[in-house]
Amino acid sequence: MKTKIKIQPEDFSIDAEVAALTAEGDPGAVASFTGHVRREGDLAALTLEHYPHMTEGEIARIAEEAASRWPLSGVTVIHRIGQLAPGARIVLVAVAATHRQAAFQACEFLMDYLKTHAPFWKEEKRGTERHWVEAHAGDDRAAERWHK
Amino acid sequence: MTLLYFAWVRQKIGKHEENLALPAGVATVADLVAYLKRLGPGYAEAFADESRIRVAVNQRHGKFDAAVAADDEVAFFPPVTGG
Repeated sequence: MKTKIKIQPEDFSIDAEVAALTAEGDPGAVASFTGHVRREGDLAALTLEHYPHMTEGEIARIAEEAASRWPLSGVTVIHRIGQLAPGARIVLVAVAATHRQAAFQACEFLMDYLKTHAPFWKEEKRGTERHWVEAHAGDDRAAERWHK
Repeated sequence: MTLLYFAWVRQKIGKHEENLALPAGVATVADLVAYLKRLGPGYAEAFADESRIRVAVNQRHGKFDAAVAADDEVAFFPPVTGG
């Protein structure tokens, strides 16, 4: 399986990433998820901090786990860091597989684990106030269901 | 050992990284947290509610009963909020 993991301030092109995933082999299905900064009232910006090295390692472990559960030909995870404006893309998870079911499920699995395991933290700026986003218990439950 | 702090843990302690000689009697993450809490008000505030603190030892998620050694990299941070 081909795995691409990028942590970067720059934006990404979904078309280019999907094209790269389907350039080789015979993946009949690509499922992708893109997360954006929500446009919420007074939200001025979101700043993302991460734990360099551990982030890449943790996402690679999650991708390996996904590949052990579903027959995948490629996984791409791009996560942006730094300051992002409302509406901006934050994260891309794209999965290539022979059939759609594996692609859909692996994509959801990767996002659930990324949200609960990859060491990123979001700080919101509202007006002149800054505060750290709290983790959601619902995200933990979403990841836990894959243990069943 | 190398200690790393992220997000509000970093802000409360007032630094991102520091080196520490393994203190006497510290064998686990929990021992280390108890030791750090006594280093100053910023540390005490950062670790006041241990249920809000997560730890990684050598860049792997760990628990408070995990062992720590002199050459480990130990990171403290809030529950993650990426994605």
